[in-house]
Amino acid sequence: MLKAENITVSFGRREVLHDVSFAAKPGALTAIVGPNGSGKTTLLKAMIGEVAHGGTVRLNDVDIARAKPWELAAMRGVLPQATPLAFPFTVAEVVRLGLMNGTSGGKTQLVPAALARVGLGGYAARYYQELSGGEQQRVQLARVLTQVWEPTQDGAPRWLFLDEPVSALDIGHQLLVMQIARDFADAGGGVVAVMHDLNLTAMYADEVALISDGRVLAQGASEAVFTDDLLSKAYHCRVQVNTTPRSGTFLLPHVAQAGAA
Amino acid sequence: MAYAGVSSAADATEGDRSQTAHRLTYVLLGVLAVAMLASLAIGASGTSLWQALWDVARGAELSLRDRVVLFDIRLPRTLMAAAVGAALAVSGAMMQGLFRNPLADPGLIGVSAGAGFGAIVAIVLGGMLPLALSDALGYCLVPVAAFLGSWATTLILYRVSTRKGRTSVATMLLAGIGLGALTGAVSGILIYIADDAQLRTLTFWGMGSVAGATWSKFWTAVPLIAAAILTIPFIARGLNGLALGEAAASHMGIDVQRTKNVAILAVAAAVGAAVAVSGGIGFVGIVVPHLLRLAVGPDHTYLLRNSALLGAALLLVADIISRMIIAPAELPIGIIMAVIGGPFFLWILLRRRGIVDM
Ligand SMILES: Nc1ncnc2c1ncn2[C@@H]1O[C@H](COP(=O)(O)OP(=O)(O)O)[C@@H](O)[C@H]1O
Ligand SMILES: [Mg+2]
Repeated sequence: MLKAENITVSFGRREVLHDVSFAAKPGALTAIVGPNGSGKTTLLKAMIGEVAHGGTVRLNDVDIARAKPWELAAMRGVLPQATPLAFPFTVAEVVRLGLMNGTSGGKTQLVPAALARVGLGGYAARYYQELSGGEQQRVQLARVLTQVWEPTQDGAPRWLFLDEPVSALDIGHQLLVMQIARDFADAGGGVVAVMHDLNLTAMYADEVALISDGRVLAQGASEAVFTDDLLSKAYHCRVQVNTTPRSGTFLLPHVAQAGAA
Repeated sequence: MAYAGVSSAADATEGDRSQTAHRLTYVLLGVLAVAMLASLAIGASGTSLWQALWDVARGAELSLRDRVVLFDIRLPRTLMAAAVGAALAVSGAMMQGLFRNPLADPGLIGVSAGAGFGAIVAIVLGGMLPLALSDALGYCLVPVAAFLGSWATTLILYRVSTRKGRTSVATMLLAGIGLGALTGAVSGILIYIADDAQLRTLTFWGMGSVAGATWSKFWTAVPLIAAAILTIPFIARGLNGLALGEAAASHMGIDVQRTKNVAILAVAAAVGAAVAVSGGIGFVGIVVPHLLRLAVGPDHTYLLRNSALLGAALLLVADIISRMIIAPAELPIGIIMAVIGGPFFLWILLRRRGIVDM
């Protein structure tokens, strides 16, 4: 269980998260959606202990403010929005960094397995810095996967925190990465993902938290959150939620009246 | 969507240079041994290492002259050149890992100057210390002061140039220039008020050389250098994690603050000791780690220890050249390293692979 209560974050004088509470269950993919600058990344960073915040965050009943980095690393992996690299590591060496702590031990055979998983078999010996943005993003995902390879450990769920994991990817790889997250959740792990693409979110997420201006407008099953009214209010434009038997829920911005809400 | 979930053991190491880097350690040990023997064998006097070894093997007595040349001149000089080379190369590699930048060299960004400043303060003002304290420190006074100087410099540079876990090289270099100007000015004042004996010490010390090696110098430097080298296993993983940024390192389980503290102390100890006994010898800290990264990759588990070995060997070779090139006179080793390192540095700048965020 992930439970964040009364999270408040300020940068200087500006408060960007106002008393936000958020919860996520293991075995589910929980998405955080909202417009640019609404505080999605900041909420995620508060929940992984990366920004100073008011309120408490408990992960598997551990207060993350008190836990040591290696204890947290054994419980959860974090994929940031972008990851620069200081030295010319190869792809395999970057992924192997995920193994350096604790639970996955020195299982080097996870490196090629994780690379194959993210569709980068054959990339092992390439230089990370010479890859495209989308390829780098998948290398980082492979690294995070090696860190928390088994979705549960001794019955306790492990967690993936993903910040816009598919924003740099083409549609084929978007589906691949979302499926990896889906599989992780289906195997008993917990996934919290900041998402940009509402249609992908509707396809893959069990739960959605909709954030706007540093507040949670709604959190619940995606059918309950993805309504014309809530989305239009959050994104300041008219959004239409459609459902067809063939493709499930999909959303369209109402082009003719964009900005009119 | 088909994933190849299983993998054979063979491709588990594809693209992973750690085995090669590990084996390189043994090669470098061999290289270092050869360089040390060469350094013991070569010198201005007629003493022959081989003749001496042969004499000892036969059970004959060494002449007093040979004993002095080998044990009191060449041996401390050899060991000190190796220790200083290892210290400079390791501190370069550590500093680059810490600053996440392959151009962060203690000489370049003013850490050596900070150490030099500490040494000058100790030499000129050391006499003003309470007698009990200066007696207790004894020969260690200059190295300890140099260590404090380089530690303060590193700390200030890191604070100034690192924002939100990212280091700006431009800020780092400019801060180094600023600090250098300040310490240079104060050093100037100190040199102005120094008496004749202190001036002689300062001149002798500032020449950038291992020529004046003695056992007492060697033993004052070695504890600090050894301490720095012994931290390698404790910070190598942390520096690897830091390559992805402080936040990512922490999420991988690294105690980032501890890694930074230990690395800064280790750099300061190594640079302080090296500068205290040899003046400033530049470029070792940038040339050695860079070559090793090109050859076997940037994994600090191997980079740091290989840097120690290659740095020691490189400085021994430079020292041998400095003794031979205008024999029987000697060229200061700092000049040799500058002639090798200067063009090398420009070459790094030209092919900037792996340098991000200039
Ligand atoms: N380090 C920072 N310093 C100052 N302001 C920040 C910082 N990080 C984010 N912000 C501000 O906080 C708000 C929320 O940012 P963020 O959580 O990154 O938004 P998003 O929902 O797009 O991920 C934005 O207005 C952003 O400008
Ligand atoms: Mg964001």
